[in-house]
Amino acid sequence: MSTATADKDARTKSRKRPSAELPDKTLVGWLRDMMLIREFEIRTMQAYSNAKIGGFCHVYIGQEALAVGTIGSVNPDDPVITAYRDHGHALARGMDPGACMAEMYGKITGCAKGKGGSMHMFDKPNHLYGGHGIVGAQTPLGAGLAFAAKYEHEVMGKGGKKVALCYLGDGALNQGALHEAMNLAGLMGLPVIYIVENNGYSMGTSIGRGTTMSEDLTKKADAYGILGATIDGMDILNLYDHFKPIVDTCREESRPAFIDMKTYRYHGHSMSDPQKYRTKDEVEGVKQRDSIELLAAYLMDDRKAITEDDRKAIDKEVKAIVRDAMKFAEESPVPDVDAELYSDVYVNPSPGCSPIREYVKGAKNPLL
Amino acid sequence: MANLTLVQAINLALVQEMEADERVMVLGEDVGKNGGVFRVTEGLQERFGEDRVVDTPLAESGIMGSSIGLAVGGMRPVAEIQFEGFLGPAYDQLVNHAARYRTRSRGAVTVPLTVRVPVGGGIHAPELHSDSPEAIYAHTPGLKVVMPASPYDAKGLLISAIRDPDPVIYFEPKRIYRAFREEVPEDEYTIPIGKAKVVEEGEHVTVVSWGAMVVDCLKAMDELPEDLSVELIDLRTIYPLDIDCIVESVKKTGRCVVVHEAPKTAGYGAEITAQVMEHCFLHLEAPVQRVAGFDTFMPYYKLELEYLPSVERIAEAIGACAAY
Repeated sequence: MSTATADKDARTKSRKRPSAELPDKTLVGWLRDMMLIREFEIRTMQAYSNAKIGGFCHVYIGQEALAVGTIGSVNPDDPVITAYRDHGHALARGMDPGACMAEMYGKITGCAKGKGGSMHMFDKPNHLYGGHGIVGAQTPLGAGLAFAAKYEHEVMGKGGKKVALCYLGDGALNQGALHEAMNLAGLMGLPVIYIVENNGYSMGTSIGRGTTMSEDLTKKADAYGILGATIDGMDILNLYDHFKPIVDTCREESRPAFIDMKTYRYHGHSMSDPQKYRTKDEVEGVKQRDSIELLAAYLMDDRKAITEDDRKAIDKEVKAIVRDAMKFAEESPVPDVDAELYSDVYVNPSPGCSPIREYVKGAKNPLL
Repeated sequence: MANLTLVQAINLALVQEMEADERVMVLGEDVGKNGGVFRVTEGLQERFGEDRVVDTPLAESGIMGSSIGLAVGGMRPVAEIQFEGFLGPAYDQLVNHAARYRTRSRGAVTVPLTVRVPVGGGIHAPELHSDSPEAIYAHTPGLKVVMPASPYDAKGLLISAIRDPDPVIYFEPKRIYRAFREEVPEDEYTIPIGKAKVVEEGEHVTVVSWGAMVVDCLKAMDELPEDLSVELIDLRTIYPLDIDCIVESVKKTGRCVVVHEAPKTAGYGAEITAQVMEHCFLHLEAPVQRVAGFDTFMPYYKLELEYLPSVERIAEAIGACAAY
């Protein structure tokens, strides 16, 4: 399918680019979402440093165009599933930033009642099925979500044609689960799009050190007879131009795809990563092609859709949203131990479901 | 003799075993260049090279399966699985191959594999990064399961594990990785697999625990009245269980409390309780008490400490057992 060279072709034929057809409002909305994610993650790192957020935390800074552009290419009711670097997808899908931040603060108002944390963003009303912590383990689930959508449409005769987005990092390329899932999806014609968020590093291992054929990952798609493409994920317009037609094809023809989406994370794998595996120059080099700057420049200089003042206003707006989200998280209560320690394990635990009825100091599980 | 943390003691054991035996290799995700997610393997790749300290792809099933192959092929691999939750993808290889090779080949082929796995809660991480699955593996014949509670034991147990002809899961309680230091000899020594340790001798109640919970049991003992004398046993090896050590103690005290982090139902405490009943029934003055995690998943952060057996809960159980 399309390759890096096709990216160039699309640029030269700019008049026919699908993104050129998008209204200003949509593109300005994308810029706002990307800036929101950036600001959200900067403040997330601060909150982590201030011990407001515990455990492990993986921020999305640098990769904003990827989540916003891919989610911007599908319908709001198309299912989405991802791994643990998931704040960006949650926000791009429309999760309330307060619920997202409160989750990381471990507060009851969080999207997973403050019991899941950074890696477990869930938003069922927005068709986001997590946030999962085991590398690659979400990929068969993505096939299953697509299977359900296909079954509902074709067998039960309900609902429209859907396409599932399943994100994975380049580290997940080497997990067996992905290969089982891709074969299944290819075999059964499941409308799932595997989006490799290829930031070049599997934790501390660069892709060339950990993955075969890293220079052309679409060969892995070829192996399973499914559609493959390589797309520059730092330039959101280019991303849309190449990704949207694939979405349309997968939806229409009920077939899977596998996209090597080139991106970059500006910060470490997690907050405790010493980053011995790359140089500061490398990081600075990538920042010269920052996705937010690229889109902002296009909207200001090429489209003349916004002015510098408009951008400042958006900046002010997202800062206020994130400030409110932090205030909300800060002021929200922690989960009530008696009510929440046992909740959501089973729907209706029977009284014989012992000894989970036990609790500290003799109090009983209120669900029983 | 150096004053070392648990992390440093493990690192020292690895260095010494790699120096002593070139068949010993270390494999895992980011164990080489990055020195491991908890820096346990820091400096090993610089010292022993990339052939012996292997950065693998992020693929637990592959790490486990290829390590089993290495072991069968004559090497002494030490595989690292970054967190106990990541044993999931490796479970098939571990349980269906490593554990059964000796039996399946009727003794012809053994798997001298060590699997190092950080385990347990208390570091503010959520589920999959805070679990205590030792009972699952103790329930699998063919695997040995150990969990040190101190730097001294950590070094000696790891050396035993590496030299053992059968697969050993070496659980590292991450909460006490750097919690305290202890004198750890440079000289070679081993702690035998299958031998528990009496940490403190006592007369009235036997407390059995392992891993990070041993430290909390010691704190709980400080909370008790001075005339209540507690004998604390650190299992060190979960399986095979040193039941003789427990039986000898419980015959003396007549009372027993088992403390572990894992959920209570079908936890390893249940096995110990049953065996105490089988061996010491007529000596028991009170029902065996279990202090354990709850039958739910490790909640994130704000509820984590509610989940873990607290010093207060342990002290209460010991008191209740003594007063029964």
